[in-house]
Amino acid sequence: MSSSTEHADALAELIAGRIPDARGRFGPFGGRYVPETLIPALDRLEEGVREHLRAPSFQQELAAELSSWVGRPTALTFAGRLSGRWGAKIWLKREDLAHTGAHKINNALGQALLARRLGARRIVAETGAGQHGVASAAACARLGLPCTVYMGAVDMERQAPNVGRMRLLGATVIPVTGGDATLRAAIDEALRDWVSDPLETYYLLGSAVGPHPYPYLVRELQAVIGREARAQIREKTGALPGAVIACVGGGSNSIGMFHAFVPDRDVEIIGVEAGGKGPALGDNAATISYGRPGVLHGTYSLLLQDADGQVQETQSVSAGLDYSGVGPEHAFLAHIGRVRYESAGDQEALDAVRTLCETEGILPALESAHALAGAKRWAESHPGGTVLVCLSGRGDKDMPTLQQTLLKGDQ
Amino acid sequence: MSAHESISAAIRAANARGEPALVAYLTAGFPRRERFLEDLRQVAEGADVVEIGVPFSDPMADGVTIQRSSRVALSQGVSLGWILGELERMTPRPKAPLLLMSYLNPLLAFGADRLAETAGRAGVGGFIVPDLPFDEGEPMRAAFASRGLALVRMVTPVTQPERLRRICADSQGFVYAVTMTGTTGKHVAVPQEVTQYLDAVRALSPVPVCAGFGIRGREQLERLRGHVDGVVIGSALVEVLERGADPAAWLRSLRNAGR
Repeated sequence: MSSSTEHADALAELIAGRIPDARGRFGPFGGRYVPETLIPALDRLEEGVREHLRAPSFQQELAAELSSWVGRPTALTFAGRLSGRWGAKIWLKREDLAHTGAHKINNALGQALLARRLGARRIVAETGAGQHGVASAAACARLGLPCTVYMGAVDMERQAPNVGRMRLLGATVIPVTGGDATLRAAIDEALRDWVSDPLETYYLLGSAVGPHPYPYLVRELQAVIGREARAQIREKTGALPGAVIACVGGGSNSIGMFHAFVPDRDVEIIGVEAGGKGPALGDNAATISYGRPGVLHGTYSLLLQDADGQVQETQSVSAGLDYSGVGPEHAFLAHIGRVRYESAGDQEALDAVRTLCETEGILPALESAHALAGAKRWAESHPGGTVLVCLSGRGDKDMPTLQQTLLKGDQ
Repeated sequence: MSAHESISAAIRAANARGEPALVAYLTAGFPRRERFLEDLRQVAEGADVVEIGVPFSDPMADGVTIQRSSRVALSQGVSLGWILGELERMTPRPKAPLLLMSYLNPLLAFGADRLAETAGRAGVGGFIVPDLPFDEGEPMRAAFASRGLALVRMVTPVTQPERLRRICADSQGFVYAVTMTGTTGKHVAVPQEVTQYLDAVRALSPVPVCAGFGIRGREQLERLRGHVDGVVIGSALVEVLERGADPAAWLRSLRNAGR
């Protein structure tokens, strides 16, 4: 069998809803590589997902909260002046308008509701940019669950406003100084916490990474982005877009945006990773562009690592994309060729922040700006085409970084 | 005798002397890379089985001591390939069987088949892989089995009974019974539930059962006596090496406990 036939078969399996398989595999990727101590907790979570996620009572509860508390559906905005400047018709899915300012709340709320049904006594979460931490803290406050957030010390500094928000929302924020002191080390530390109390603590993982069933669970909870956007753009334009673009760190906003479009074979799907300062190992966080297969944080996926299998530190102006791994479903979508992954560097992302502010009056998160940079490139090669961009979050949290970059010299 | 049988035999030999076997852990190249073989030799003098830790960038099952030892070893350029090279040139080799303890990714990067062959040549008897749970063992397990190397499985106080039975039946060399839910290096009080759990594991296991995680001194060793075939001493020994104290003497002092 040729590899293109295999890839077509794999795509058909994905569209039919048979991926991940029973062992949590997306083709060769995914699975469950964790200490034996966590296996019962993962088994219980998997069982809970099976029992509750599609149950009408859970779906009703989730839908009601998404509508009245999160503010869904989020708007789809036609970016008219930006379209004029870049040459293609650009539509923005406004996850920045969701409660707490990013798509992260979709997953945090869904998992917190699930945790309550599973009888969890406390929640632990990790955070990179702080958006998942804020979303988790907010969801836990809403549901009356105690919340502990692990955050790399480096990230605490560059995303200081979010640290204060988490604390106001009642969460305990624990700085992580080990390892690279960013998202990767924060996940390590959250896992250590969970290993210490696997039966009563619920680990609210924020991205489409980690051991099965997290990549599946996070996809299902974020898929609302693409479902809404697909219906909205058809309603407003009468057609599907030529391309759908989202940024990819761990890959939760992107998998949520892409999922509904995977069966639409005429729609080009593009993931944009953080190109950081350049292609050298350690200078970027473009895992799919430059990584090799390996195991990190419980999943077999692509990984930025050296020849000895040591995980490498990453570099990006965007804390939320600054991660050495990527969700196993993205590795799979790249492997079968359904999604094209490229990278945008720090400067391209910063330029996109400025352009969107000037043309549309929207301050995007630095993460989302990578998707915009991808849209700019797509527009150059597809003048007059229609592109849908996931604007995954708002940029207020990035003000300390923007003061040091775009605004430097303005004072 | 295959490599994995020699590990079980070393533990049984200690039991025949009326004491639990000491399985001693050191992080390769910590505190100093140049001293690795000398430290290993000294540790092996006081131990029945030696576990050599392969440092990893993300040691998620380990507490602060082994996180620190791993970081320091990595910063000195210690890698799996280097460790195997050092072991291969070591003469004479210690009498105590050697195990490598490594997270999965460095093993995958080395390659399963090449690893089994190189490890066999370097006198390694088997592997402990903390992030490789029972269901995900292949193809590593097959590669090890083809060279007679042990894949030591871990069980924990929260492992369900049916799974416990299957893991014990599959484990080679010994069964690594994690004493608690948590990371390495914390002090464990060894309450009655722990000894009952260890008794249950022992009743199921065809190979010896060694308890590990949080065993730091004589008192705990005494509490475990009669409930295990051996104990794994990790973080506490790493701290002894870090202080520059004599590891063999320290291990002997543990053994003399209760005499």
